[in-house]
Amino acid sequence: MLEGLTRMATMDDNIPLGENPAPYHEEAHDPRRRDFINIAAVSFAGVGALAIVLPLVNQMNPSADVLALSTTELDISKIEPGQAVKASFRKQPLFVRNLTPAEIAAADAVDVGSLRDPQTLEERTKAGKKNWLITLGVCTHLGCVPLGAGEGENKGPFGGYFCPCHGSAYDTAGRIRQGPAPTNLHVPDYTFNSDTVVTVG
Amino acid sequence: MSFPWAKHYEPKQPLMRWMDEKLPLPRLVYNAIGAGYPVPRNLNYFWNFGVLAGLALVVQIVTGIVLAMHYAANAGVAFGSVESIMRDVNAGWFLRYAHANGASMFLAVVYIHIGRGLYYGSYKAPREMVWLLGVVIFLLMMATAFMGYVLPWGQMSFWGAQVITGFFSAIPLVGETVRVWLLGGFAPDNAALNRFFSLHYLLPFVIAGVIILHIWALHIPGSNNPTGVDVKGEQDTVPFHPYYTAKDGVGVAAFFLIFAALIFFSPNLLGHPDNYIEANPLSTPAHIVPEWYFLPFYAILKSFTADFLLPAKLWGVLAMFGSILLLFFLPWLDSSPVRSANYRPTYRWFLLVLLLDVIVLGYVGGAEATARNVMLGQIASAYYFAHFLIILPIVSASERPRPLPNSITEAVLAKHGGTSPAKTAMAG
Amino acid sequence: MARLISLVIGAGFVFVLALALFFTAKDAIQNPAAETAEHEFHEHPRDAHLSSAGLVGKFDRAQLQRGLKVFQEVCAACHSLKYVSFRDFEHLGYSEGQVKALAQAWPIEQPTVNEETGEAATRKNVPSDRVPSPYPNEVAARAANNNALPPDLSLMTKARHDGGNYVYSLLTGYRAQPAALLAKFPDAKTPPGLHYNPYFPNLNLAMPAPLTSDGQVTFDDGTKSTVDQMAKDVAAFLTWTAEPNLESRHAAGVAAIIFLVIFVFLTWGAYQNVWRNVKH
Repeated sequence: MLEGLTRMATMDDNIPLGENPAPYHEEAHDPRRRDFINIAAVSFAGVGALAIVLPLVNQMNPSADVLALSTTELDISKIEPGQAVKASFRKQPLFVRNLTPAEIAAADAVDVGSLRDPQTLEERTKAGKKNWLITLGVCTHLGCVPLGAGEGENKGPFGGYFCPCHGSAYDTAGRIRQGPAPTNLHVPDYTFNSDTVVTVG
Repeated sequence: MSFPWAKHYEPKQPLMRWMDEKLPLPRLVYNAIGAGYPVPRNLNYFWNFGVLAGLALVVQIVTGIVLAMHYAANAGVAFGSVESIMRDVNAGWFLRYAHANGASMFLAVVYIHIGRGLYYGSYKAPREMVWLLGVVIFLLMMATAFMGYVLPWGQMSFWGAQVITGFFSAIPLVGETVRVWLLGGFAPDNAALNRFFSLHYLLPFVIAGVIILHIWALHIPGSNNPTGVDVKGEQDTVPFHPYYTAKDGVGVAAFFLIFAALIFFSPNLLGHPDNYIEANPLSTPAHIVPEWYFLPFYAILKSFTADFLLPAKLWGVLAMFGSILLLFFLPWLDSSPVRSANYRPTYRWFLLVLLLDVIVLGYVGGAEATARNVMLGQIASAYYFAHFLIILPIVSASERPRPLPNSITEAVLAKHGGTSPAKTAMAG
Repeated sequence: MARLISLVIGAGFVFVLALALFFTAKDAIQNPAAETAEHEFHEHPRDAHLSSAGLVGKFDRAQLQRGLKVFQEVCAACHSLKYVSFRDFEHLGYSEGQVKALAQAWPIEQPTVNEETGEAATRKNVPSDRVPSPYPNEVAARAANNNALPPDLSLMTKARHDGGNYVYSLLTGYRAQPAALLAKFPDAKTPPGLHYNPYFPNLNLAMPAPLTSDGQVTFDDGTKSTVDQMAKDVAAFLTWTAEPNLESRHAAGVAAIIFLVIFVFLTWGAYQNVWRNVKH
């Protein structure tokens, strides 16, 4: 490359030396190799700029300490049937509910085809653990925390959860039944480590 | 400005014509750093440093804004939040090392830029306003750099804040009150940290504003050049773009090369180990020093050890601020009709001594206060003041300059060995 | 007029400095600085030859794991490591499961609050926890250590000049105070409760030698645990805790430098190209 450069420079030997620098015209000279180096330099600058933008954008993604909190271990041994607790998962509320047989029956009695977001209770719980309904406590409409997990809170017309912000009502399987929310309460990934310990995330 | 032969902005595309009518921003850029700004054809690489300083400011603002997304300005958690940036934030170590070393790059570039101005007489008429605004920028940079260094809340941060706000306590009568007001307390703590963060975020934008004035003031007379001779005609200039955009490109690439070497291979070279120890108001490090770019001024402060009419402490503070403020009077202290030191045989030697003197001051500023170092600092400080306040006024009035070239073009052609085209065409 | 003022001010500063110089010189002649034991007997760190040293140094994973073991069994009794999380130990080459087990078995538990009573309690560590401190607060740490606070070690190798070598040299540098020192500086005898170490800035430190006998820690990889080896390994480990991103920094740096060197040549070529018809 450098050899080429010096050679190009000597090609200009016969250009007379004017007192007045010639105006620079991109199109006025042999475009083959001279422009190549200009284009290459500008392209390199562009690539370099892009490479610098990457960390500037990436720094806004969740940091390692935030990602490390993305699993939560829960002891569910103290939740009696009919009770629910609010835990925390990724800094969001997590509802863990021990359904009573009556609540399971109520959920199963619903015609799935009539639902906005058709899902059965089986699909929303783990096999053999149908009484454990674990959902995010985040209304799928605009993100408020629905009522119904705490003692004495309004469970809404369908006995599950009720969002006070815009009136979305969820049933005992956490499915949307009435109001503006588009989907059922989100069920996060979780596994039962034992009968009493659940790992969420 | 500008010279009558400056090219005029003529938008060709309809969209650009529409834009030019509504908001002639492209025209402004064209006339400032485009083909519409004629620049002397003989600028050397020292003229890259203005653009590099602007670039360094952009680097500092961009990295600073993203760091502020993660930093917490609270004395209890500031140190930990910086560590969390270094360990947990995506590319956080890169951003923080870039910002910390970017400050050093910025100051280094600006020192060379100031040195260029001193050597080639860029402060002299008709560019006095360019120089004055430059000194203002330098002062703002020093304030910004100091407050930025406090933010990580390490030992050097804390004791730097303690010592530098201590300068103000040298003011007779109101000094202690002013210091407590600046800190919002009796020692640096949460209140001081928060206000320093606020101002550290603000001042770079003030600097950017003054830079616009600096460039505006420059464009009225146009750029100086290594001969210091005024532009006489069109043959003396080339359009900024593409000629100096291309030349600045080389400087920009070299700047990033050095910058990257620092960030990736020796990011703590210019820092101090004690700043990796969290601030402890009850224990001063054995040997406190400011960042390298403040060392010459710190040496001047330390050199005043004797009371004479005023207490030594007040002399030190006055001299330290005076050493920078005297730059404001430089255009009037230098009465030489010639700008470039290339044609000022005596003054040139004194400038060289000044350069060595500032290096000695930098060494003394960072060295232990042994009797030898203190005396060295006292001699070097004396030369610093003598240079600007005594030698420069006398030499500039009495020196007989070497003959100047008649024009920039003549100087260029002479450098290339006469006017024979065959001989000179090799030089690119 | 302006010049006159300038000469007067300049002469004023020079005069005050000359005065200061005179007094400094006079004082230096009348009271020459006494030699100190620190100045004469302090030694610069010995080279631990850590693999992370140098421009493109990398960590030795096995060494870091050994260093962690030394830290866990020796240093952690008094020193905290509060900016490091257990999850970070995956960088040492441990699997997620191993890190979990390591956190669970860590000798110091994580402070927490009893869910029912609200009283202070402790629980087993999990990977997302920071490494817990051995003392609940600074007062307790001082009280347990004869009023000498054991510093946090997370950043120790960056908080000292030549930190990795410093830690290595300090740990292997304990010895009896040299007779030559006592002969020359009879007042500099190491006070009771402190320990002589020529690598420590003022020669006497509160920490007793932590690595005292070969085999003090049993290494899982069969490396012979001499005092020298343990000191090296823990110095390597503390280099990692201070700068865990060192390897990615070096790797990114090599790529950046190659890119930028090419970029310098390209911009220089473009500059030559643009200016080829103009003398300057």
